[in-house]
Amino acid sequence: MESLFDALRQPWPWYVAGPLIGLTVPLLLILGNKSFGISSSLRHICAACIPANIPFFRYEWRREAWNLFFVGGIFVGGFLSVFIGANEPVSVDENLRRELAVYGVTDLSSLVPADLFNFDSLFTLKGFLLMVVGGFLVGFGTRYAGGCTSGHAIMGLSNLQLPSLIATCCFMAGGFVMANFILPYILAL
Amino acid sequence: MSSIETKPVEQPLEDENMDFEVRSLDAVCVNESSLTHPWWYNLKYLVAGVIFGILLVKSEVISWFRIQEMFRLQSFHMYGVIGSAVMVGALSVWLIKRFDIRTIHGEKISFQKKKFNKGNVYGGLVFGFGWALTGACPGPLFAQIGTGAVVISVTLLSAIVGTWVYGYLRPRLPH
Repeated sequence: MESLFDALRQPWPWYVAGPLIGLTVPLLLILGNKSFGISSSLRHICAACIPANIPFFRYEWRREAWNLFFVGGIFVGGFLSVFIGANEPVSVDENLRRELAVYGVTDLSSLVPADLFNFDSLFTLKGFLLMVVGGFLVGFGTRYAGGCTSGHAIMGLSNLQLPSLIATCCFMAGGFVMANFILPYILAL
Repeated sequence: MSSIETKPVEQPLEDENMDFEVRSLDAVCVNESSLTHPWWYNLKYLVAGVIFGILLVKSEVISWFRIQEMFRLQSFHMYGVIGSAVMVGALSVWLIKRFDIRTIHGEKISFQKKKFNKGNVYGGLVFGFGWALTGACPGPLFAQIGTGAVVISVTLLSAIVGTWVYGYLRPRLPH
């Protein structure tokens, strides 16, 4: 029992976590015929708070309230997971560790690198690009693409949808270009 | 709290054609339940979200470092997570279709075909840029804030603004 708890405190390997994440698809379908997807919650928040008479936000968002409960749950889950595995070191590949050290990113104690994502750096160009511009691109891009990693890459591919495969390839292509060719310049700022 | 009650489908829409078009372009938001439930039925999705959030953290999917490793081909981890999730998801969808599995309320489970539009490409690339910068897609943003990274609220807020700007510019963007 002790060793099981120890295993739970460690980061879970992909072959345990991946299939469990995949089970979210049938879970939501069986709970109430809901297609797994998260980025839509951002749209529902817009529709609920600042519709501004834009047709894209003029719909009965209350019907999609389940999605807001789901993301609320993700927030709570993030909070609770701190109690099963706080202070565990984050796994970082040796090559990446060396590369990041060049840019002064040496704090590997949390999943969100404290050297890059903090309130002080928010007002520097680097922090602004990483947090504010990055967030904007996530919100704009997912809605333009019609979904994110959950809606397209997991739900869409599970249902063998070609547009989802195209979108997923574009997510990866965009990420490759940014991480390998642009991000190094931003980290050097 | 009665305002969060699920409304029946029959309710007339202000602009039905537009709404259908918008919904069909969307990833989620298309499955309509004809059942009316009190708001607290949605708490089951809160519980599902809690489980999913714990999975995101414990699998390190919300780790900025893991996302960088993925895009730099330095680790198999993320490919393993997403790949095995898709395999389990696909098998589940096949089983649901094959055996006509119903929801817990006895409703038939429906699947929508997605129609290709140019946004899948342009938007996909834009999201890819953002994913590599923030190290997070929308789900992980919520989970990261939950783990105590309060500053990520700014990123989430910015993502909401991004979604809003998309909605504003939508008629002028190529689809």
